[in-house]
Formats: sequence, structure tokens, C-alpha cells
Amino acid sequence: MKEVVHIGIPSAPGPDLQELLARVARGEQEAFADVYDAVAGPVLGVVRRVLRDHAQSEEVAQDVLVEVWRTAPRYRPDRGTAMNWILTLAHRRAVDRVRSVEASAAREHKAALLAHTPEFDEVSEQVETHLEREQVRRCLRTLTELQRQSVALAYYSGLTYRQVAELLALPLGTVKTRLRDGLIRLRDCLGVSA
Amino acid sequence: MTRSDDPHTLTGAFALHALEDEERARVEEHLAHCDPCAQEVRELTETAARLGLAVATAPRRGMRDDVLRRITSVRQDVPRAEPESGLPRTSRRARPVSRWALAACVAAAAAFGGTALWQHQQAQDARDQTHQARKEAREQSQELASVLTAPDARTRTGRLADGASATVVVSASRNRAAFVAAGLPEPPRGKVYQLWFDDDGSMRPAGLLSPGRDSQAMLMDGPVDRATGMGITLEPSGGSAKPTTVPVAQMLFPA
Repeated sequence: MKEVVHIGIPSAPGPDLQELLARVARGEQEAFADVYDAVAGPVLGVVRRVLRDHAQSEEVAQDVLVEVWRTAPRYRPDRGTAMNWILTLAHRRAVDRVRSVEASAAREHKAALLAHTPEFDEVSEQVETHLEREQVRRCLRTLTELQRQSVALAYYSGLTYRQVAELLALPLGTVKTRLRDGLIRLRDCLGVSA
Repeated sequence: MTRSDDPHTLTGAFALHALEDEERARVEEHLAHCDPCAQEVRELTETAARLGLAVATAPRRGMRDDVLRRITSVRQDVPRAEPESGLPRTSRRARPVSRWALAACVAAAAAFGGTALWQHQQAQDARDQTHQARKEAREQSQELASVLTAPDARTRTGRLADGASATVVVSASRNRAAFVAAGLPEPPRGKVYQLWFDDDGSMRPAGLLSPGRDSQAMLMDGPVDRATGMGITLEPSGGSAKPTTVPVAQMLFPA
């Protein structure tokens, strides 16, 4: 088992998120307000990055936050951090929305997507994620260009790896490998352990 | 699964939600049987979340009130049965992945050339009780995992009465053995299943199975040393120093 090394994870002020979620699970609405304050920014950020449409993003982000309230009793700390649980949910919901809306549209928007390959330099008005952003940005730079591009298209644009392959005109296997290798490199750079 | 289409290589795409539903389901199935893959997915999912954390953005001020208002009319889900509150036998699919029960599957599958000896249900059962055991004995479970995943782990499975099965996994390099049973009948009141190392006909205590569960995975107490097999007997609660009943089952260790 690897040593846990936390680097640059913004330490949320106030009670620990996991603790808060346990109280939410018992139906405490005040605790949920604190959870909201800790996660609403990241949740909205993820959803907006994937959807790009502001109005739709807020709608999906709200749904995700309500889902956090509803399903908090089912959160299992042994499966991962509370933030991970919530952001995974947010990303999943955003991706679901993209795929339902844009099922085939991605192909038509090839050019637009390529032109829009998410860059980390895009401005996001933000709260206290500066450190985190710096670190992720630094670690993304350790990826090869093609790894970075593939990971960004999958995560930030919500594309399937097939779509990524099509977009970049690469064999499926290559994209698969790149997504995995890219994430592994990121994991090691960020010192993530689970 | 075929080599050319190995779900293992899809862990990255899985963590990024970059799979279509059908593939996702297939990978999930694979993860239930592949501990290293499940662990990798956990780590890569945490990594993906960091990509998300880095793009946080300030919500519109009024959104907070909107959300806080909405939750007042949303009923919360019922929690899953907690291990402390009894025996969790429902929602198996939703149970957390356990490192070592899955490792058992890997070890067994490896030892049997990848045949589907370990059926999904058994894995689920093992996982159910794994969760509880892990809470009680994290260290032991890590040791167990190391036995089950040892490169030289050898496995033998036997059928017991009433459809129960028992598998023993032995690692010579670690000098430890693990025992996995499924479908064991409930011991009579006041009795407990006890495991034994068979040192050439002399039985050495190797631990008790926790009562109240019909499937078990545990690290046998003590080193394997010269033991050539193992046995299970029914003993009075608390166990005995020597077997007091005819063994329920005896198995030779795998060569």
C-alpha cells in the first residue's frame, strides 16, 4: 500500500467535508449548507467545463447538489474521499447531459471541438482553487502533448474515447493507452493515492 | 476476455467517464474480479476529480438559496445496511470493492488458468463479509491480500456437503495460508467452525470462522511451516486446543 501524500489539496476551512456529509446523511440541513459552500464551486466548475452552456450548467449543477443531499446516506467513505464522490457524480451527470443532447453532434462539431481543446489557461473566475489549479497545471505539463490532449478532451469536453480517437484520427487502442498512461502520470505527479 | 480486448486497459477511459454504457458495464464486470484494476480505477478516479477541483468556479449568489430551498422538499435515500447493524445481505452490487476478496478471485483465477471457478455471487458474498472484517482487522486483511496475490499463491477448492465450497490458498514464500468458504451451513448453537493446520496428522489450531455468516475469507492463524493440509471441525464456542469432533472437511494443500 502506498503512502498517502497530499500535496496542495486546498484544506477546506471548518469541519471536514466527510464529517459534514455524515451529518447531512442524518438529515441536517445546516450541515448541507456547509457542504454546499465547500463543493458548489468545484461542482459548477466541472459541469460548466463539460457543458459550456452557462444556463444549462447551473441547472445540472443544482441537480447534482440536490442529488448529493438525497444520496448522502449512501456515501461510503471507504470508497474514496467525499470530494471525489461528489465531483465524480458531477462529471458523470454533465457527461450524461452532453451525450443525450449531442449524441451525434460531436462529429459535426469536430472543428469547433478541436479549436476548443480545453486549455488550462482558460480563465475561470475563482475562489480558493489557485494552488490546486497551479499544481494540476504543472502536472499536466508533465504529460506528452497527445496524452494531455486526450485526457482533456475526455474529461473537460466529456467525449468518449471513441470520439477522441475519431477527432484526433488515432487508432482506438492508442487513445485507450494514452488516457490511461496520461492519468497514471498525473496521479503520480499529484501524489494521489486511494 | 480476449487479449485484444482487455478491459484492463480501459481503466483510464473508465475513470474519465469516456466509455459508452455497454463498455462501461463490461469494465465494471471486470473490476469485480480484478483487484489491481479496481484499485487502479479508484486512484485514477481520484486523479480525475483533481482535474475537476482545478476548474472550480464561483456560482451565482442566488444559487445557494435555490439549492437550499430545493432540498427541503427532497426525501433522502435510506442508507445501506451498515455492517454494525447486522448482516448486510442486500444491495450486494452496491457494496464497496474489497481488496482482498477480489484478490482471492485473482489468485483463484490465476491458479485455475482463468476458468470461471469463482462465480460472481461468491465474490459478492466474500466482499460482503470482507468489508466487516476489514474494519476489524485491517492489518490482517492486508496480510491476507498479500497471501492471495503472492506470485506463488496456489489454490485448491473442495466441495463440501450442501453445496458449500472451500478454497485454500497457500503461499510458500509468505509461509501463510488463506481460507475461503462459501455456503457453509450455520453451526449449531454454541458451536463454531475451527480451522486446523494438518502437520502430518497432528492438528494445530489455525483460527475460528466468525459465526453468523455463510461465507468466509480469512487468513489462517500462524505459519504454514510443515503443514501439508488443513481441516475444519465444529468446536464449542471459543474453539479448542485439539479437535474434539470428526472434521467437517479436510483438504490437502495444493502442491
